[in-house]
Amino acid sequence: MHFKARSEEALADATLQANLRKFQSTGFTALRAKAVAEFGPDLFEALRGEGAAIRDRSLASLDAWLERFEAEAVRRGATVLFAETRAEACELLVEICRRHGLRKAIKSKSMLSEEAGLNEALAANGITPIETDLGEYILQLAGEPPSHIIAPALHKSKEEVADLFATHHHAPRKDDIPRMTREAREVLREHFLSADLGISGGNFLIAETGSGVIVTNEGNGRMVTTLPRVHVCITGIEKVLPTLEDFSTLLRLLTRSATGQAISNYVSMFTGPRGGEDRDGPEHMVFILVDAGRTDLVGGDMQEMLRCIRCGACMNHCPVYRAVGGHSYGWVYPGPMGSVLTPSYMGLANALDLPHAATLCGACSVACPVKIPLPELLRKLREKQMDRGLRPWREVAAVRLWSWTARRPRLYALATAIAVRFLRLLGGRDGMIAALPFGREWTRGRFFPAPKSGRTFRSLYASRPKPAARKP
Amino acid sequence: MRVGLFVTCLVDLMRPSIGLAALKLLEDAGYEVTVPAAQTCCGQPGWNSGDRKAARALAERLIAQFEECRYVVVPSGSCAGMIRAHFPEVFAGEPDMLAKARELAGRTYELTEFLTKIAKRAGVSARFDGTVTYHDSCSGLREIGVKAQPRQLLAKVAGLKLIEMEECETCCGFGGTFSIKYGDISSAMAEKKCANIEASGAQAVVLGDLGCMLNIEGRLRRRGDAKTRVLHVAEVLAGPTGG
Repeated sequence: MHFKARSEEALADATLQANLRKFQSTGFTALRAKAVAEFGPDLFEALRGEGAAIRDRSLASLDAWLERFEAEAVRRGATVLFAETRAEACELLVEICRRHGLRKAIKSKSMLSEEAGLNEALAANGITPIETDLGEYILQLAGEPPSHIIAPALHKSKEEVADLFATHHHAPRKDDIPRMTREAREVLREHFLSADLGISGGNFLIAETGSGVIVTNEGNGRMVTTLPRVHVCITGIEKVLPTLEDFSTLLRLLTRSATGQAISNYVSMFTGPRGGEDRDGPEHMVFILVDAGRTDLVGGDMQEMLRCIRCGACMNHCPVYRAVGGHSYGWVYPGPMGSVLTPSYMGLANALDLPHAATLCGACSVACPVKIPLPELLRKLREKQMDRGLRPWREVAAVRLWSWTARRPRLYALATAIAVRFLRLLGGRDGMIAALPFGREWTRGRFFPAPKSGRTFRSLYASRPKPAARKP
Repeated sequence: MRVGLFVTCLVDLMRPSIGLAALKLLEDAGYEVTVPAAQTCCGQPGWNSGDRKAARALAERLIAQFEECRYVVVPSGSCAGMIRAHFPEVFAGEPDMLAKARELAGRTYELTEFLTKIAKRAGVSARFDGTVTYHDSCSGLREIGVKAQPRQLLAKVAGLKLIEMEECETCCGFGGTFSIKYGDISSAMAEKKCANIEASGAQAVVLGDLGCMLNIEGRLRRRGDAKTRVLHVAEVLAGPTGG
């Protein structure tokens, strides 16, 4: 099923629409706007420029920064593994579990884990994965993928969650949020204490110190990275930053762009396993750094996409995302960034709908903390589809016919003169066309306003008195 | 000084009155206006569909047609954005054409931009008795920075009161071919826009792009609103012109 079919289902789903409306009205865009206003719009604009420049610098020497990261992390006792594919990332993780005899994994949020299908791989090898980010936990109970990269369960209402908890927690149904949260905490606490593996994502990797960083709000991430015997941080290779100074700039951008916070409740930085006088922390700390299509983008016309710091601002500001929700996009990453990443990682031909699932309104790129020109990247993907003959022939023919006619002014004038009369006729007395021939997509939800005059501008202009004659 | 008016294909076809209004505003401001007869389309449909060749062919023609004009004025933020922001991309890798495209971009203005920035003698003599709300079209707003200019001009219209609506900068859902590829999403977005227009209580929604106009008017009428007027800013500023 493609974007179009899924989005039509989403539009017809009254519960989802109510949840999306709630997300929009109480959501992140207003919080971001407030945070930007408090920071100072001009300063924030300058910060975005710095953020983009830092990401570009990191990507320009990605190999060198990764080597530096590896050397520094290893020097501090961590293990650094590189996975070329998502499957390889899963294999490496399963192998770690086997070597250390690990049976139960607690997880903090990781989009790469979603990309790689890590939970399925763990379960298939007898290891129990438990999501501990509240949203992800809800979705694990529901057996659903996330619909937003930082608010994964925003498509669910409180009532739906109450039902899920009642079923899975075998406890009386509660529907006030504090009590529901308490119940989830109690259930998760058992898992935190009994797991032998902690799996986290990584918002950033700091090359100069060999550290990983996660930016979170719930505190589960800190438990995941410190309580179990083994901590595995799994993330994309593009997340590397040269210095802590670079990180501080991007952190300012990330939290403000994501949730409008000056800083998140938790910022956890992990550098090597427990050592020396440390009273807690894992015995083993492993980084699995995954390529999975990223290096293919380096140096190409989609490289700017690798700047992405996964804040979610593009989808929060996307009127299409807000209308249809994240599941419509079909893979791990929704919204404008997803419409660029999915075809880039999964193949152009496997996501034909996505680059066209945007009005190119530009709200995403204006909000993007690292200035990714998302509409331009979407347009380039459309061009690639066209060049590779992946568009439907009708669409190609329509564009070519339009361009061909528009290059022949006389023919064009004739064709438009006929069209304008025809449309005016269709409009009838109230000037509204209820069913447009070849335009049912338009008139299913709207009228098509007919031309008010039966003549084109060029014909009216040609028959107006010559300027010389009009002079007094 | 010679000003070239690029009417745009949608205005030519759907609402010639907007072209006549733009013409009147420019002439009233003291300009000699030429309307190259062979003009058709700026190439945006091809460009946004990923057909570089189709877009290039039309862009090349437009550049030639307006070569002699000191300024090019466009009653559409979207088409002005195409010329200003995207023509240089269309001709990337062709130094001669790129120079011409950049030069054209430098003297191309969206109508309200031109009237506030260049046309020093532009006065507004129109009258409009009623309340209006302004919808910021995406390309005009985000590609070339049209935001204050139309409001500045509307403030000079006698009798007109501007009421801002919620989310005036949010896309109405038109998006060119998006509106016919994803009709249901497009309509759902238009519905949100119409709800915001209605909530503002304004008697008319004013805007600067014909695509948004067709989309918003089509949805307003479909949802049963027969009275909220949908007007191009040029029509309001110029008053009745016929057409």
